[in-house]
Amino acid sequence: MNEKFDAIVVGGGPSGNASAYTLAKAGFRVLQLERGEYPGSKNVQGAILYSDALERIIPDFRDDAPLERHLIEQRVWVLDDESCVGSTYRSAEFNKPPYNRYTIIRAQFDKWFSKKVQEAGALLICETTVTDLHMDGNCVVGVKTDREGGSIYADVVILADGVNSLLARKAGFRPELEPREVALAVKEIHFMPEETIHSRFNISGNEGVVIEMAGKITQGMVGTGFLYTNKESLTIGVGCLLSDFKKQSIPPYALLERMEAHPVIAPLLAGGEMKEYTAHLIPEGGYHSIPPIYGDGWMIVGDAGMFVNGVHREGSNLAMTTGRLAAETVIELRTENKPLTSRNLARYREKLDDSFVMKDLEKYKRLPAIVERNPQFFTSYPELLNRAAHTLIAVDGVDKKAKERSIRKSFVASRSRLGLLSDAFKLWRAFE
Amino acid sequence: MSLNMHIVVCIKQVPDSAQIRVHPVTNTIMRQGVPAIVNPYDLVALEEALRLKDRYGARITVLSMGPPQAEGALRKALSFGADEAILLTDRSFAGADTLATSYALASAIRKIRLDIPVDLVFAGKQTIDGDTAQVGPGIAIRLKMQLLTYVSKIETIDLDKSELTVQRRAEGGVQVLKTRLPALITVLEGINEMRFATMSDMFRAARYPIRVWDKDAAGIEDISKIGLKGSPTVVSKVFAPTPRTQKAEIIQTQSDQPGDVAATLLAKMFARFPQLRDAIGRRGE
Ligand SMILES: Cc1cc2nc3c(=O)[nH]c(=O)nc-3n(C[C@H](O)[C@H](O)[C@H](O)COP(=O)(O)OP(=O)(O)OC[C@H]3O[C@@H](n4cnc5c(N)ncnc54)[C@H](O)[C@@H]3O)c2cc1C
Repeated sequence: MNEKFDAIVVGGGPSGNASAYTLAKAGFRVLQLERGEYPGSKNVQGAILYSDALERIIPDFRDDAPLERHLIEQRVWVLDDESCVGSTYRSAEFNKPPYNRYTIIRAQFDKWFSKKVQEAGALLICETTVTDLHMDGNCVVGVKTDREGGSIYADVVILADGVNSLLARKAGFRPELEPREVALAVKEIHFMPEETIHSRFNISGNEGVVIEMAGKITQGMVGTGFLYTNKESLTIGVGCLLSDFKKQSIPPYALLERMEAHPVIAPLLAGGEMKEYTAHLIPEGGYHSIPPIYGDGWMIVGDAGMFVNGVHREGSNLAMTTGRLAAETVIELRTENKPLTSRNLARYREKLDDSFVMKDLEKYKRLPAIVERNPQFFTSYPELLNRAAHTLIAVDGVDKKAKERSIRKSFVASRSRLGLLSDAFKLWRAFE
Repeated sequence: MSLNMHIVVCIKQVPDSAQIRVHPVTNTIMRQGVPAIVNPYDLVALEEALRLKDRYGARITVLSMGPPQAEGALRKALSFGADEAILLTDRSFAGADTLATSYALASAIRKIRLDIPVDLVFAGKQTIDGDTAQVGPGIAIRLKMQLLTYVSKIETIDLDKSELTVQRRAEGGVQVLKTRLPALITVLEGINEMRFATMSDMFRAARYPIRVWDKDAAGIEDISKIGLKGSPTVVSKVFAPTPRTQKAEIIQTQSDQPGDVAATLLAKMFARFPQLRDAIGRRGE
């Protein structure tokens, strides 16, 4: 009576969908289990989709995927209490198809992706939680679910169950999450008429804008804020290290509320109707927090493997890429008639090392530790920058040389010459 | 041993009213992104049918009229243990009110019973998106079935005698009623709780090829009776009632004898609305 599949994928997010789709397309008998009512039901909010990762899985995704806006402009804001210093990059290049990045509403997008997975032939069962792995010695041979008669077997189990990955922790594949390895992010969606969005952000048609924010809005915690334009809504959110939230005991919703009241941000949201507040963890530990991601009969993909590039706010693309590469490894091994042992599945890690996933994460591997030990990047500097801008721009009878002197002084007073130098060096090392 | 029963359960997919948003600008209902669920009242009916299946053995066919996506509601019903699922879907069904809906569902049930006779039809008490409670009775009348509404408990079924005994919630108490089969039952909410599907039923539901019937397959004879054409209901206006601002008044009485309480109440009412005394007060005198 027990069901047996070629592969079981746990989770219906971007990483699980990428795995299930790739395997099913190759003719594998795939079962995908999702605990939510439907894939995306736990992901109601807006996000940025990076075309490249999806294109490698579904080349013609633009034909029918629910995309909100393609991004033509990126702003970076450093905020003080009352002001902001920023940069803008807007390019006609980004306005030529095929577009590079889109805003999406995850609930709709995940549903669409899931439909593709099912059309490819995978069997999806929702509202079913995987509670445990079936082991034969060291080898994973199937899963247990929360339903009566809930044991199901497979040659390989792919864990795509998100940042919490209870399963990986329970099986001892991964240590407990450290509060400094994850950010707690809160997001809201604010509805407003399309015309309002167009005029407020100087866009038309399906053009879109992203604003990345740092500074006083995180109230001294390590983190960033963001704002995306959707078709008829704005997504706004802020995320900070969980360890900082614990230390500062600032409720996340209060942080977001304060940010939304910032004099530079508030006018963008004015008149909108807020819906759907959600909080979610983001893996931020980077390269050093990546656990073992394969073993006898199992692989880990997406957030469950801590694959997020916090610096560039990329997650879903790493999820899709790790999901695809895990599936491709299984497909290759099957073609070569090789068993799905730890030794053979090591090829998954090799593929990752060769891809942008590990290369990017490696590049920034020092960053998490640096920002953790140097909160000045999120506290003193935003203030200094804003003050400097104000000093320079205000016309008040003070000569420019004196202004520059006073700016220099304010930086040195706050960080010392050596501090400034070492901060610059740290940053250079982190981004090198 | 008697033959197994055949039960048809009518279900409808509805937008989850708890998650409906009103567009802030146009004030229209935004259906986009609102998850669809099985009408909660229909799930109570389905669970009641499943309990009969557990007790007596039965074959349960779930029937739904709706757009192709309503397949989701049928799969859900299958996962709980329904045996067969039929979806009535056709452009010409669109815009149906309760009259046209009951016509289409009744035609389909007529078609179903050509294959296997139907002993019982279940319908939810009402839907959360229409609240009319008319579809179930409409089907019963068309199929000339016994009709039992607001059933709170099914006591026994005797298939050999073709008899059914139920408890029915009525004003002022509970009626115990016995009737002939075939019958249509609408059940009261809250009389049971839907079971948790087993893994093997989840698999069966996920793999089951839903039978999709268009108007011809459903045996529709008169197309002027379905869809918008067959729907005389006109919704002339939708509005939110203005909340009452008047507070209720609590009336103290000297004694708690029903007669005295009623007399005090009448005296108060007549004092406030003298015309009431003229209209009804006189008759009693
Ligand atoms: C506020 C916020 C903003 C973000 N913005 C962006 C962005 O703009 N761009 C971007 O690329 N990334 C963004 N990310 C990151 C991105 O959301 C994640 O990297 C991505 O969703 C990871 O995909 P996943 O499939 O690995 O995990 P998830 O999307 O978390 O999916 C995991 C799935 O597994 C299911 N599941 C879990 N446990 C079980 C179980 N035991 N049994 C069955 N099912 C289970 C869950 O219900 C869920 O559906 C953001 C994240 C947050 C929190």
